Amino acid sequence: MTSMLSIHDLHVTVGGKEILNGLSLEVGTGEVHAIMGPNGSGKSTLAYLLAGRPGYEVTAGTVRYEGRDLLTLAPEERARAGLFLGFQYPVEIPGVNNVYLLKAAVNAARQLRGLPEVDAFEFLGLVREKMKLMHMEDSFLSRGVNEGFSGGEKKRNEILQMLVLEPRLAILDETDSGLDIDALKVVAAGVNSQRSPQSSCVLVTHYQRLLEYVVPDFVHVLVRGRIAKSGDRTLALELERRGYDWVAGEAA
Amino acid sequence: MSESAKQLESLIARGYQHGFVTEIEADTVPPGLDEDVVRLISRKKGEPAFLTEWRLKALRHWLTMKEPHWAHVKVAPIDYQAISYYSAPKTKKDGPKSLAEVDPKLLETYEKLGVPLHERARLAGVAVDAVFDSVSVATTFKERLAAAGVVFCPFSEAVRDHPHLIEQYLGSVVPPADNYFAALNSAVFTDGSFVYVPKGVRCPMELSTYFRINAMNTGQFERTLIIADVGSQVSYLEGCSAPMRDENQLHAAVVELIALDEAFIKYSTVQNWYPGDANGVGGIYNFVTKRGDCRGRSSHISWTQVETGSAITWKYPSCVLRGEGSIGEFYSVATVNHHQQADTGTKMIHIGKDTRSTIISKGISAGQGQNTYRGLVKILPSAHGARNFTQCDSLLMGGRCGAHTFPYVEVKNPSATVEHEASTSKISDDQLFYLLARGIAQEDAVNMIVSGFCKTVFKELPMEFAVEAQALLAVSLEGAVG
Repeated sequence: MTSMLSIHDLHVTVGGKEILNGLSLEVGTGEVHAIMGPNGSGKSTLAYLLAGRPGYEVTAGTVRYEGRDLLTLAPEERARAGLFLGFQYPVEIPGVNNVYLLKAAVNAARQLRGLPEVDAFEFLGLVREKMKLMHMEDSFLSRGVNEGFSGGEKKRNEILQMLVLEPRLAILDETDSGLDIDALKVVAAGVNSQRSPQSSCVLVTHYQRLLEYVVPDFVHVLVRGRIAKSGDRTLALELERRGYDWVAGEAA
Repeated sequence: MSESAKQLESLIARGYQHGFVTEIEADTVPPGLDEDVVRLISRKKGEPAFLTEWRLKALRHWLTMKEPHWAHVKVAPIDYQAISYYSAPKTKKDGPKSLAEVDPKLLETYEKLGVPLHERARLAGVAVDAVFDSVSVATTFKERLAAAGVVFCPFSEAVRDHPHLIEQYLGSVVPPADNYFAALNSAVFTDGSFVYVPKGVRCPMELSTYFRINAMNTGQFERTLIIADVGSQVSYLEGCSAPMRDENQLHAAVVELIALDEAFIKYSTVQNWYPGDANGVGGIYNFVTKRGDCRGRSSHISWTQVETGSAITWKYPSCVLRGEGSIGEFYSVATVNHHQQADTGTKMIHIGKDTRSTIISKGISAGQGQNTYRGLVKILPSAHGARNFTQCDSLLMGGRCGAHTFPYVEVKNPSATVEHEASTSKISDDQLFYLLARGIAQEDAVNMIVSGFCKTVFKELPMEFAVEAQALLAVSLEGAVG
């Protein structure tokens, strides 16, 4: 196994308060990891920190992405290097066309690799193909980024962006929250279609429901800012049965 | 302050990267303004007696007027007797002799904006006769327009060749006594554009000052008059997206539009005069009176403006909706940064029955810029069934700028419908981070958000100019807004 993401003894404070304290995690290439945990355990902090959101201070520890020090990279550099964050609450950007953003994002990554800009016509074909997979209507093409989207549409749009950008490492922050069962299946199908021996995925989720459709290789339980327990998919089921207090009690 | 807000601040704090060295003007009349100066201007231009008299009347009235101070802008005192009111066209010895002498940064900007090579020299102030390319371009255009019967020429040429049209229409929309700056302009204007589109003619091309090369250097007091005769159509673009090399401080232009029955005039402005430096020193005072008269039945006047330059912008392109069923529109993007100030908006005066107006205003404030929308929607008792829709949106970048909205509504006919929507928002850290997380560079991300904000206005611009305006916004944000 080669390492995609290697987090060692990570301590992170937000506004002076320590949210992650001593978190370590290894994600191998081609693996899918689920990170579960109660509210306030630091799941979203971890996702945002990996994507480079400002306002998160690393007080100790290291994060390596494909062997590089991730923490020295600006958010846009991380994205161009193949790291993708699927947002829990995708924002609306009025007037900025969905396809325009997608193309700019793809071209930014291509530029880094010394590739020419994508052909507009071929690109549109690719987007349409992925849209079909995500059950999205053609009107999406002419709309603004998340502008007037329902909660479910926003989440599907996140997965669509992931499919078009083809990241090496996708971090999906509660992509399942607020989805009905049909939408959940669509999202799961999208995530599964992206699985490959070359790419990895970290699913941050509160419930194990998504994991019935996207079967993880590993499940970790995050409690009070560190991994309290790790296991395989059966851990998620056990969590569902026994609740987070069970792990929290063990970890204490 | 959050990290991305700090980054935004630092981008905003960056200087205007497209400034340029100004040259000293030669061959000018000594500063000062009196009847002799006005007579001199009129004589130098070989004007008929009625026009000389018209100018003198304007001057006499101007002398009785007080400089207005109601706008939400701080203006350093202007000494009107210190201004020279007539400059001979800049000659080769004043300006740079070739592009090689022009500030490379300015040329770089032209490059980014995609200004055609032959235009770059003109914009940079290189003597016209060195710019042979554009002469042939302009000639081709003139021939096509002449074939359609469209008159498009410098104002002074129109005075010579079409005095009857000038006498009939000049000052009929903006009377000389209309306001302080209009009166001043009427007394001392030196040149500008004139357009006449005959009955039933659809002007075969966009009219753009790009191609009006022989009327360059029209100076501080431009006068533009556009007449669209019955059933005709014309689209006119004023200015260009590149920063103009101009040393003028006060720019007091007057633009008059006249649309007769079923005529349509689309007037687009892209203004990028020098805004002054980061400390608010220098820059153009852009005090302009623009008004369109929908004189005929079902006539239609549409103003679109993208204002990114000038130290102070003070203008209200307006529509007088006289003809029954006439339509007035105003689409505006105004950007201020550093110490720039803008007080701009429109007036829609509904006189005729079933007249309609639409106002879409987008104000962007950054640095310590102050951006004011000021609008008047006036429905007179005669305007039965009149309708107006107004939307004013403000976007703030950073914590030291300001956005102000003064919408005035006067309704004197109960059958009228007036709607007003307004919003103020900031570029949020969340929006910025979302785009960064997709690999978009910080500056591109800001540009993207701002362009999205302006989209409803940009789509009103003629296609090729919409592209220019986008590029302009990107360039001016890169250097001036962040």
